[in-house]
Amino acid sequence: MNKSIKNFVAAIGIDLRLVGMVGALVALWVVFDLFTGGRFLTPRNLFNLSVQTASVAVMATGMVFVIVTRHIDLSVGALLGFIGMIMGTLQVHILPQYLGLGHWSIWIITIFAGVSLGAVVGAFQGWIIGYLMVPAFIVTLGGLLVWRGAAWWVTQGQTVAPVDTTFRLLGGGSEGTLGDTLSWTFGVLATVAALVMMIQSRRRRAKHGFTPKPLWAEYSLGGIATFIIMGFVIVMNAYPLPKGAVKRYAAARDMEIPAEGLFISHGIAIPVVILLLVGVAMTFVAKRTRFGRYVFATGGNPDAAELSGINTRMLTVKVFALMGALTAIASVIASARLGSVGNDLGVLDELRVIAAAVIGGTALSGGIGTIHGAIIGAVIMQSLQSGMAMVGVDAPLQSIVVGVVLVLAVLVDITYRRRAGL
Amino acid sequence: MDKKTPLVEMKNIHLSFGGIKAVDDVSVDLYPGEVVGLLGHNGAGKSTLIKVLSGAYQADSGEIYVDGEQATINNPRDARAYNIETIYQTLALADNLDAASNLFLGREIVNQFGLVDDDAMEAETRRIMGRLNPNFDNFSSPVAALSGGQRQSVAITRAVYFNARILIMDEPTAALGPQETEMVAELINQLKADGIGIFLISHDIHDVMDLCDRISVMKNGKLVGTENVTDVTDDEILSMIILGKKPGQAA
Ligand SMILES: Nc1ncnc2c1ncn2[C@@H]1O[C@H](COP(=O)(O)OP(=O)(O)OP(=O)(O)O)[C@@H](O)[C@H]1O
Ligand SMILES: [Mg+2]
Repeated sequence: MNKSIKNFVAAIGIDLRLVGMVGALVALWVVFDLFTGGRFLTPRNLFNLSVQTASVAVMATGMVFVIVTRHIDLSVGALLGFIGMIMGTLQVHILPQYLGLGHWSIWIITIFAGVSLGAVVGAFQGWIIGYLMVPAFIVTLGGLLVWRGAAWWVTQGQTVAPVDTTFRLLGGGSEGTLGDTLSWTFGVLATVAALVMMIQSRRRRAKHGFTPKPLWAEYSLGGIATFIIMGFVIVMNAYPLPKGAVKRYAAARDMEIPAEGLFISHGIAIPVVILLLVGVAMTFVAKRTRFGRYVFATGGNPDAAELSGINTRMLTVKVFALMGALTAIASVIASARLGSVGNDLGVLDELRVIAAAVIGGTALSGGIGTIHGAIIGAVIMQSLQSGMAMVGVDAPLQSIVVGVVLVLAVLVDITYRRRAGL
Repeated sequence: MDKKTPLVEMKNIHLSFGGIKAVDDVSVDLYPGEVVGLLGHNGAGKSTLIKVLSGAYQADSGEIYVDGEQATINNPRDARAYNIETIYQTLALADNLDAASNLFLGREIVNQFGLVDDDAMEAETRRIMGRLNPNFDNFSSPVAALSGGQRQSVAITRAVYFNARILIMDEPTAALGPQETEMVAELINQLKADGIGIFLISHDIHDVMDLCDRISVMKNGKLVGTENVTDVTDDEILSMIILGKKPGQAA
């Protein structure tokens, strides 16, 4: 890479690997856009891409902690299906009996039950791994079979539908979005929060007398953050609701639809809002809590962590419980998006999730990985899949390409790390 | 010295790994302001013995007394509660974390919300490193990227920072250059003057003769003997280590 770019990147304090990943993603988008004659980089496609990525990306953030602590979780896809079935049955067959169909609290109770179940199942698997010392690979491989089978059992293989109407919004259909005003508000709030955090960090470091980053670097970083957030809002707002949805929208508000039609923005999809909140929360946990610090310390050197008084067994339980809870959130998104829960919900998701985390720079040898990396990894995976489908690449070739990209990404990452002496 | 209560007494410690008796009925003690050298061949059981004291291992049998009272040390946390700090032979650093994160691992500085305060930890690390090893200047890289000597500095600093009363140093100078080794020697003398008791494991007889008040020699898991440094010669120590014979004992 060009030396001056390298210096610029170093000065503003962004990880070079992150720049590489974003670069790869942008290159991928441009190539697909060329091959599809401009159909890839449209608000519509980018909106769909963001919605399709959300479920896997939510799980990928949890998989970062799992892999960083030198474990693996092969059960997430099956567990997603099982929790989906339980939540589906709860909101379709059980709760309406007691509360009445369409009761306002159904979606809340359902999600609460799902997330609790995910955390308990995860904790149980983590307990077998941490305390009974059965390797995570085996425990979660067993889990894959158990939860997939259990999911079938819940309804004897029948699909559960339709999900609660409020619940459904969490999947990001044409109604499940923020709309333009809320999207702008969300964007402005996010930008302000990002800038305030930068200023505070600078003040804190100045208080301790550390040499501060040059001001131009701070301004560049702030500018980049603002550009990305606002750019995202603009693109999502540029995608209008389809005619049918506009009719419903207008009817609900007693509006007249003018002859030339009405431009109602989608705005940011709710599952994407969920993903962003999960991403921020997980980054916060990783960077600012003791638990997060211990996750990385344990992954870097389990013996050292143990000798520093860290209870690494309990840590394993917590990491898998967190993974289970995030799997439940992903299950909410996935089932809400489809509006129903079938037997194949989440099939092969474990591989997508692991691939996303790994493409995002999480090292299977432990100790290294970032939340934002895993989310970008998920976007790269989804872009590859949707892009190739749009170009018309055959399904078998698609899977070959994804496989090759996965191995190449890890090869590049390992080479980079070796060069950097890490 | 013999009128005071020992800071630490380890009595009749036994510990086997499978069939190997790594520590076989060993008793050692340590007084405030004293440096006791632990000597012996590779595999003699020195590290295993001190890991019992630091909570990394649990003895099969035997007792530990701190300030004359029986102590229960089941894990490293317990040892830290007795102000026992350890520099491990392997250094026990999380290679993927920076110097400050390693120094405070398990004892992070947190703010009023209980969140780790990296800036405060870095400031403290800079302050204490400035005293212990002014040549140390890399506070942002993961310790994997540091030299052996720098890594050892981090491990030493971690043990000294938290007001140890009992300090265990398992070959603390193995990776250090002459200048840094000299600084560690100074540090040991300074800590001694502060009344801290130190177990020092080293293969360097001269280090030991210079720094220690007493030496305990181990061989094949057993204690050969404990001597005042002023009462024995280099050769006598060597013969204890190599032949397992106490001075004055017939051949
Ligand atoms: N975790 C373990 N599991 C099995 N055997 C062990 C373990 N740790 C130490 N041993 C054995 O116990 C014996 C004593 O080892 P120890 O590390 O205490 O020796 P040492 O005196 O510190 O040697 P060195 O000078 O090489 O550091 C050796 O035979 C070693 O192989
Ligand atoms: Mg040793």
